[in-house]
Amino acid sequence: MGGRAPITAEGMWLGARLTVPLVPGIITFAAVFGTVCAQKGLTIAETMLINSFVFAGASQFVAMELYRDPVTPTVLIAMTGIAAAVNLRMLLLGASLRPWLGQSPAWQVYPGLYFLTDMNWLLALRYHAEGGRDWGVYFGSGILLWLLWTVSVVPGYYLGQLFAEPQKWGLDLVMPALFITMLVPIWKGRRQTLSWLVAAVVAVASWQLIGGYWFVLTGAIAGAVAGAFIDDPEPKEPARG
Amino acid sequence: MAESAWTIDGLFFLTVLAMTAATYSMRAGGYWIMGRVPLTPRVRRGLESLPGAIIVSTILPIALKGGLPAALCLAVAAAGMAVLRKDIIAVFFGVAAAAAARAAGL
Repeated sequence: MGGRAPITAEGMWLGARLTVPLVPGIITFAAVFGTVCAQKGLTIAETMLINSFVFAGASQFVAMELYRDPVTPTVLIAMTGIAAAVNLRMLLLGASLRPWLGQSPAWQVYPGLYFLTDMNWLLALRYHAEGGRDWGVYFGSGILLWLLWTVSVVPGYYLGQLFAEPQKWGLDLVMPALFITMLVPIWKGRRQTLSWLVAAVVAVASWQLIGGYWFVLTGAIAGAVAGAFIDDPEPKEPARG
Repeated sequence: MAESAWTIDGLFFLTVLAMTAATYSMRAGGYWIMGRVPLTPRVRRGLESLPGAIIVSTILPIALKGGLPAALCLAVAAAGMAVLRKDIIAVFFGVAAAAAARAAGL
């Protein structure tokens, strides 16, 4: 293992195909964002700008709660701050890519990280857990997600009522459901069990005690630290370099 | 404020740029920081434990907050994946179970 992660056209195509089950959820989610922006009084140009540039669903919704017309410096700071807070978890997504991409050149990795979302991270990581090394999977998924996200906001802006009730169809649960299917292949034994248990307890506790979105961060860090200090029964370490 | 569909408020534009920069710094920051930490076996094990821990921490409060339909959705999806090993089908059944539960007023 190790070495520069390849990026191939086949990998990108695979990444796009793996994204297919998410397409209805993405289209709906972006369309609902368009509807929210229309209701808040953004122009279509402003809606497309914030949607395509920020490209981070949950944080866009929360930031729009703080939007006021006209925009003041206070609004700017508030929206930026909340976007940073909601997206803090991305620090962890990126950190978890280090073992895979550590040998790749920075000029490939850093532009690519612009496309980092929960979804292509999840699909790519599962592919990696199954032994794949082609980073094209991440790009294929990320670019398709960006295109869908960018396009779908427009019908939502103009035809808001069509997308009024995504919950009715369970579309709000597509992401959590996909997340949990990911747990099945990455479970290997005792270390995962204990690490996930720690993550679960800390996440629920901080959700109850602190609220907000902090539970993702606190739970994930606690679980990772636990995983780092739980030694596997066999003493062998994967070779590095 | 008679504005046409294609006007963009100047401060709004700056807000979007600031949000994009803040979000990108989160996207790139974790990867960057881990480049400055020596990748010892322990650190590597921690990073390898991170995805599962992120997933558990993300979905557990959703399951608890979303009531019976959300919990049912996750249970069905996990069981479907364990048995069938096909994520698309597992997600479909999970979401369908939640939609059915909501339609039934649960």
